[in-house]
Amino acid sequence: MMAQPCTDTVMLEHWHPVVSLDELRGAGRCRTVLLDRPVEIVRAAGGARVLCDSAPVQTLVQYGYVWASFGTAPAPLFPFPEFDEADRRFVVTGVFGVQVSAGRAIENFLDMGHFPYVHTGILGEEPHTEVKEYDVEISQSRDEILATRCRFYQPKAAVSSDEGADVEYIYRVPHPNCSVLYKSSPVDETRLDAIYIFVQPMGQEKIRAHTGMCIIDDASTDLDIRSFQQTIFGQDKPILENQYPRRLPLDPRAETPIRADKSAIAYRRWLAAKGLGWGVIPAGA
Amino acid sequence: MKLYDFELHAECYAARLMLSLLGVTYQTEAVDFYPEAAHLAPEFRAINPLGRLPLLEDGTLRFGTVQGILSYLAAAYDPTGHWAPDTAVLRGEVAGWMAVAGELAATAGQARLIETMFADGDAEAARAGAEALLRVIDQHLWFGEVEGRDWLCSATHPTIADIACFPHVVLSEDGGISRQDYPAIRRWIDRVKRLEGFTVMSGVFPTSSAL
Repeated sequence: MMAQPCTDTVMLEHWHPVVSLDELRGAGRCRTVLLDRPVEIVRAAGGARVLCDSAPVQTLVQYGYVWASFGTAPAPLFPFPEFDEADRRFVVTGVFGVQVSAGRAIENFLDMGHFPYVHTGILGEEPHTEVKEYDVEISQSRDEILATRCRFYQPKAAVSSDEGADVEYIYRVPHPNCSVLYKSSPVDETRLDAIYIFVQPMGQEKIRAHTGMCIIDDASTDLDIRSFQQTIFGQDKPILENQYPRRLPLDPRAETPIRADKSAIAYRRWLAAKGLGWGVIPAGA
Repeated sequence: MKLYDFELHAECYAARLMLSLLGVTYQTEAVDFYPEAAHLAPEFRAINPLGRLPLLEDGTLRFGTVQGILSYLAAAYDPTGHWAPDTAVLRGEVAGWMAVAGELAATAGQARLIETMFADGDAEAARAGAEALLRVIDQHLWFGEVEGRDWLCSATHPTIADIACFPHVVLSEDGGISRQDYPAIRRWIDRVKRLEGFTVMSGVFPTSSAL
């Protein structure tokens, strides 16, 4: 049973992730749903081909994923230079289905306030609950949100950490449904590990969350790295699925933010300015 | 003792929970159940021909089903005999609810794997099957509370049957099954969470202490 296909031009004009190359290589093909439309991804020359009702859909292979767009002229995908740095490990930690809107999932990814309560003993722990002042800017030239100077005490910041530490974060939101966070690498303090979430909106309240990382770590196995990230994501999932309404309200008065939600406030404002009306509750609706 | 384990696997959680409740120390070996499906690879089938998690190794012994693991652990490591009681009535009750746990795995558990990890199958049918079971369990627990019984079986303490059913019930929302209509089940979940030695998994949170 499929909902009315999405007709929101903001969503239609973007590239959306549909499957990791890792998964496609293993499975050969993949059937999924994008913007309420059934799509099929098959291996082809150049990487992959996406089909919808047997008709070809614009396809892009980048950053380890197959991306698709139903738009007339989708802009190039955001830059993600760390993906091409040869000494980084690129690990796909998997794709998980979640009953939530893409916006709620991205907001949760940006939120540090929940670390001690949801990721207890890993990304935070009481009494270290304060979200210290951080900076947020919406870059007009790059059309992305940047949150910097984020610091948080983490008992086990990464699979390679063996003790708690104050960890520095930078968050980027370069796409309405994609975010990359950078955090100090426990292995090399001059470098930052990159962790991404690329959200595939299946419907307005149903997503596939593609997560993974580009990190400096030559000791941990793929399985260790994956297990760590899956544990974190598994903790977020029930919290996400219990947020109502499931669509992200864009009216600034709809939910009461606190100072720690600065990045979420900027994110909602940025989405509203784009005129997004799908997967969200627009202001004045 | 070694548990072949995957953090987000409901039945692996049943095994970890039982080990924790019994206070047994063990090591784990992670098996990449998702996305790699390593449990179906020849290397894992060599130790568990069923291609299934969890698998428990104790010395030279191996148990490759959750029912086997819980029954063995209770018989071997619970000197009180509470977890797998030895009376005729309780043996029958435990076996019955262990069978229901298997049906929960095939319905609520399968709905979760379909919705969350994109396993094949009919999610609607799996949810319908799960709801039918949850209604019966909720009624059974509700009448139990009226009669002064807190657990699935008629003992005054929990048994392995509670532990076998618990993960599929507590993770039901992952499969799109709300527990809003099952108040007695929600109270039973809290009672399990308050047991000494209870442990969480990713996606299951502790509860407050009873008033």
